[in-house]
Amino acid sequence: MLQRNPWLLPDGFEEILPVDARRLEQLRARLLKVFSCWGYELVIPPMIDFLQTLLIGAGHDLDLQTFKLTDQVSGELLGIRADMTPQVARIDAHHLSGDRPNRLSYVGTVLHSVGDPLEKTRSPMQIGAELYGHQGIESDIEIIQLMLEILAVSGLQEVHLDLGHVSIYRELAKFAELSERQETQLFDVLQRKARPELAQIVTNYSCKQEVKELFLKLPELNGGIDILSKAKDCLAIAGDKVQKSLFELQQIAEKLVVNYPLLPISFDMAELRGYRYHTGVVFSAFVPTVGKEVARGGRYDNIGSVFGRARAATGFSSDLKLLSSLSQNMCPDEQQEKIFAPALDDPELTEFIKELRAEGNIVIQQLLGQTADAKLMQCTKKIEKNGQFWQIASLTE
Amino acid sequence: MLTIAVSKGRIFEEALPLLAEAGIQPTDDPKTSRKLILDTTRDDVKLVIIRATDVPTFVEYGAADLGIAGKDVLLEHGAESLYEPLDLKIAGCRLMTATHKDKPEISGRVRVATKYVKTARLYFASKGIQAEIIKLYGSMELAPLVGLADCIVDLVDTGNTLKANGLEPRELITEISSRLVVNKAAMKMKHQAIQTLINQFEITLAKR
Repeated sequence: MLQRNPWLLPDGFEEILPVDARRLEQLRARLLKVFSCWGYELVIPPMIDFLQTLLIGAGHDLDLQTFKLTDQVSGELLGIRADMTPQVARIDAHHLSGDRPNRLSYVGTVLHSVGDPLEKTRSPMQIGAELYGHQGIESDIEIIQLMLEILAVSGLQEVHLDLGHVSIYRELAKFAELSERQETQLFDVLQRKARPELAQIVTNYSCKQEVKELFLKLPELNGGIDILSKAKDCLAIAGDKVQKSLFELQQIAEKLVVNYPLLPISFDMAELRGYRYHTGVVFSAFVPTVGKEVARGGRYDNIGSVFGRARAATGFSSDLKLLSSLSQNMCPDEQQEKIFAPALDDPELTEFIKELRAEGNIVIQQLLGQTADAKLMQCTKKIEKNGQFWQIASLTE
Repeated sequence: MLTIAVSKGRIFEEALPLLAEAGIQPTDDPKTSRKLILDTTRDDVKLVIIRATDVPTFVEYGAADLGIAGKDVLLEHGAESLYEPLDLKIAGCRLMTATHKDKPEISGRVRVATKYVKTARLYFASKGIQAEIIKLYGSMELAPLVGLADCIVDLVDTGNTLKANGLEPRELITEISSRLVVNKAAMKMKHQAIQTLINQFEITLAKR
């Protein structure tokens, strides 16, 4: 076997170097500030958890995505979180009592055993917010607006919002009495909007022709706001729940249009990302130059019931690393000047450096025997003695 | 601006009339031009000319908004991160198993030479046959002749190449034709332009 280069990292893992790290950290602080101003309190769930907890309400996909290890203490299987949402739901259900809406936010590295097919990363920094205990479009709207705010503060421009509602598909599948296998196949085909294949598989269903027609129409029901009225007509026979879902989407869109008149909003009745876990309105945000969504979320009521409390829930999340890399060109690099101090054991100098640092300046003191000078240490100023006192001077050539 | 990824050769030739109906005609001929990005008669549409197997990758990343790719390529690539709304019914052929014409029915473990590694594995697994897959990049027909493999999985059009080498097609895996694929983000952000194009293609296809 060839000797592996010792500096090589595993696929999908990366080091973040000083300039990017500083930018990312500044962005993180700004975004957490936004969460805090909206009343979303920060929580820090553990990196590792019981596998069962991590996979609550989730489908097979998340199971595949989760790195696993055995706990020598309990003998149980542990997982390294691939998604923090179930952990945050547990915090709401188990620790925060009282019948009131809870607003929680979080940021942290999650690990994926299989890299994202596009981003390739296996260690995104998930950042998100969840709102528990309110069932209604008002909380959906609040979360969508918070997501838009986060994207705006991250410096992303030309954001595009896509709205969907998983109960439309769910109701249709129920209405047509599909078997689990049929439903899985249909789900896969709809995700690709593969209409030729859809036509093929739908012919084998035992339901009435008019119900089959509904499925055939689903992949066409995407586009601007006018698609909602079209969907209302097309899906009329599917029952009240579908109509109610469409009405919810319309109300949300109307409200958003008022607050964000320039925001392009599209609708997709066959958008099923996170379908296994979501229960209502789902949404995602896109920007030009990125081939997939940059943030997404939706309603996932009652996930907390296994933790002791069934709660209405909605939330969104994004990848802080992705946001930071996208905002790179637009955020001014707030690099601070560095001040170089000589390697002298002088109490007055020590006191002066202490004062400067307390004021927030960056002071780098030379180490004894160090040959690298101020310039090499990327300093633009230095401390020198002017008569009796230490003071800051510009570097001269 | 819409970018459409197309591969050179048969797919390109057969896609030209479809594109022309939508008012898209390349201003350069890819056979003679060395350009990889072709302007078209429509200001808002460009064509990128790439290898057939790269089409899904370009479209997935949004490097091209749309693409025309064979179903064989999509099956092999795994297309869950793309939309494939239309069967363009061009460049039709069949993905088949083929082997020496005197060879008896396959039983037990089988050695398969193909460039469609993933598709072949899934196909044999669905038949309950354990297959050992050998990846080849071309001249598949040679493999059974020289004892490299028991059978091959490849595209069959006329079947002449097989016949010329003493092979015969056996089982049909799937019918193949070219699909229109669309980037998921583009479908949402450039919905109007893309939907118009899809509708135009549909009208043309309905006439055929």
